[in-house]
Amino acid sequence: MNTQDFFVNAILYLGAALIMVPLAKRLGLGSVLGYLIAGVVIGPYGFDLVGDGGGDVMHAAEFGVVLMLFLVGLELEPALLWRLRGPILGLGGLQVLVTAAVVALVAIALGLPWQQGLAVGLVLAMSSTAIALQTLNEKGLMKSDAGQKSFAVLLFQDVAVIPMLAVFPLLATLTPADGGEGAHGGSFVEHLAGWQHALVVLGAIVGVVGGGRLLVPPLMRRVARTGLREMFTAAALALVFAVTVLMSMVGLSPALGTFLAGVVLANSEYRHELESDIDPFKGLLLGLFFISVGASINFGLVAEAPGRILSVLVGVTLVKVLVLVGLARLFKTAADQTAVFAVALSQVGEFAFVLFSFAQASGVLPGEVAEPMVAVTALSMAASPLLLALNERVIVPRLRPSARADRPSDVEDEGASVIVAGYGRFGQICARFLRANGFPCTLLDVDSEQIEVMARFGARVFFGDASRLDLLRAAGAAKARLLIVAVDDPAKVKEIVHLARTHFPHLAVLARARGRGDAMDLVEIGVEGVYRETFDASLRTGVDALRLLGVHAHRAERSARTFRRHDEAAMVEMASRRGDQASFVQSARERLRMLEEALQADLGRADRFGESGWDSEDVRRASTERR
Amino acid sequence: MSHLSSPQRPQLPRRAEVAEASRVLVLLAHPALHRSRVNRRLAAAAARVPGVTVHDLYEAYPNHDIDVSHEQRLLSHHPVVVMQHPFYWYSAPSLVKEWLDLVLEFNWAYGPKGHALRGKTLLSAISAGGDEAAYTPEGRNRFTVRQLLAPMEQTAHLCGMSWLPPFVLHGAYQLGEEGLEAGAARYAQVLAELVAGRVDPAAVAHLPRINENFGWLEGS
Repeated sequence: MNTQDFFVNAILYLGAALIMVPLAKRLGLGSVLGYLIAGVVIGPYGFDLVGDGGGDVMHAAEFGVVLMLFLVGLELEPALLWRLRGPILGLGGLQVLVTAAVVALVAIALGLPWQQGLAVGLVLAMSSTAIALQTLNEKGLMKSDAGQKSFAVLLFQDVAVIPMLAVFPLLATLTPADGGEGAHGGSFVEHLAGWQHALVVLGAIVGVVGGGRLLVPPLMRRVARTGLREMFTAAALALVFAVTVLMSMVGLSPALGTFLAGVVLANSEYRHELESDIDPFKGLLLGLFFISVGASINFGLVAEAPGRILSVLVGVTLVKVLVLVGLARLFKTAADQTAVFAVALSQVGEFAFVLFSFAQASGVLPGEVAEPMVAVTALSMAASPLLLALNERVIVPRLRPSARADRPSDVEDEGASVIVAGYGRFGQICARFLRANGFPCTLLDVDSEQIEVMARFGARVFFGDASRLDLLRAAGAAKARLLIVAVDDPAKVKEIVHLARTHFPHLAVLARARGRGDAMDLVEIGVEGVYRETFDASLRTGVDALRLLGVHAHRAERSARTFRRHDEAAMVEMASRRGDQASFVQSARERLRMLEEALQADLGRADRFGESGWDSEDVRRASTERR
Repeated sequence: MSHLSSPQRPQLPRRAEVAEASRVLVLLAHPALHRSRVNRRLAAAAARVPGVTVHDLYEAYPNHDIDVSHEQRLLSHHPVVVMQHPFYWYSAPSLVKEWLDLVLEFNWAYGPKGHALRGKTLLSAISAGGDEAAYTPEGRNRFTVRQLLAPMEQTAHLCGMSWLPPFVLHGAYQLGEEGLEAGAARYAQVLAELVAGRVDPAAVAHLPRINENFGWLEGS
């Protein structure tokens, strides 16, 4: 490929993405599907614009998955990882084993030799880290129960690839095709004895952990001292490349290695710097990866036997979903979370491309089995965002209201007249203040860690999501007088407020808002009070600033209160004028316009703060005139 | 801030608005109403009289940020204004002073163009700890309540309002249930007469208090 070709290809890939991704996002299907469709469009079965079906590109773009896991690692502190050990081993292990067993049995029943059946089962048990994590992240579900459990399973699968690569050659019943090293190529450890291999692997892991702890921070400090941003980017990329090469050399998954490196650096002071440097590369490479998956879908093969491919696709997806649902129930997951979890992991993953080609190369699977399977894998990845969108719109909302919490929600009606939803840094202050004044509150929160901490200080906080009707009812909403919505997620706040307004119209509602836009939404819904979370602190800062500048305290205080009144009145007015655009997503431009309007109102405020009674100027002038 | 209203749902802000049929505006000022014995009873009795609007100033302006134009709207609408409060240090709780300073603006309430209150009537309704004897030249307070209310009387005069002798409930600390009940009933009676427009300021001007000498009206 010469330079000219390279640029033309780059334009094709980027152009297709630029057209399809916004379109898919607009239709609410998520970016992943947009990339995949872009791939199909430019692929050999679309307009046939990229010659080789994107094979080379896919290989390069797989690196996006590696970068993504590095970023995931950066956000995971070791303590959290340790807490997830149960789900990783239990849930992840069972998922791979049960899925592989079921698929293998079906395959054997359909006439494959057991070795081939087992290999197919193991490979199809893999889910797509790229699709699942990207989608969960995009929907803000990573921190949810479903998100955490999905992550645990994906992590286990990443590890499981290593023993799979080791076991496959033992399942070989055919003569290995040439180039039998497949995806394992470049690894020197194959020629070592088992104990030596283990030692090398262990050494590599210790190297990553030790290096991350001891070498990287001083290196970063030196880089930081240059003050050149691109040096930081270079260092971050070099770090990830180095780990990737090291891992490949010892036969470990590079994704796993960089994930480990990420975890090690999660506590370092350069975490955010690394994150922001790597993130754009991750996004683009993942996009390229999805495009190449789309381009690689062999529609020729599909067209030859559409019934067979389709039934395998449906069958595999069904088996995966059923196993995941069963396991989720076993691990006490709420119904709506189960649905998210099961569908998020229902596709066959990108590892399958590697594993199938390896299996074919090492003589485990014949081409007539492996090739349709690769098509199934690609189709499954393409169908996945659609399934997720369908799940999110149709299935999850139905499960939510009647769902039972994973940790069975322990909410009780304590007979308090106030319910505080969200017992974080906002709700705590409200509830403590109310309690100090003799009004006990029923407290709800979804963060079990937070609840434990509070319990240590003697506060009883119930576990539960206040956006669920049954839960609000259980907390005594029918008898309470007041609901304080102190949850931090603005969308959640609105959801809870709507619920309260619809089902408990007698309940006064005070709601926390993040910014002006959210506050206006809440004003429109109609609540007794809207509180922008940083407004009061900002205004108090302003008052002290005025005082330090020499303004008299009483004047500064009064001025702040006047400012607040004006600002709140302006907000209510703007909310009413916004009218029919209510549902439109607030853009940065819109926020800026609102700020401008607020500033304009400040300038136009010519009234005398209603304190002319303290100003003797008029009286003085009148008395001089009289003379 | 609410747009949906439901009668049984608690509401913010809670302040009196202009009601068309209302004739008498009671400006209630007590900084700790939950501790008050007399003023709470009086205010409750007043609120039950048709044609009376009770405006709790400490409820409306907990930060002393008086909404001047709102207060002026209320004043303009009502022919009779009652200033009801405890007689703290021979005058009133501080918010009453703030209210006078800010609401009675130059060229609105007084001054060459200030005619907004002209022809209206002002009544002070006061609870006092000391008994009647204490508010005499011989008593420990040395002045009568009327004398001590001279600033208020002069304020009314400057604004062109008629000044009525005050409604005073003496011995607020000692009043028993019966006394409170009787006082509240008498207060309601005075307010009802004011609503009906049956009180002639000139005819009562000589009285030291409007309540104890209320008998002159009872026959009519």
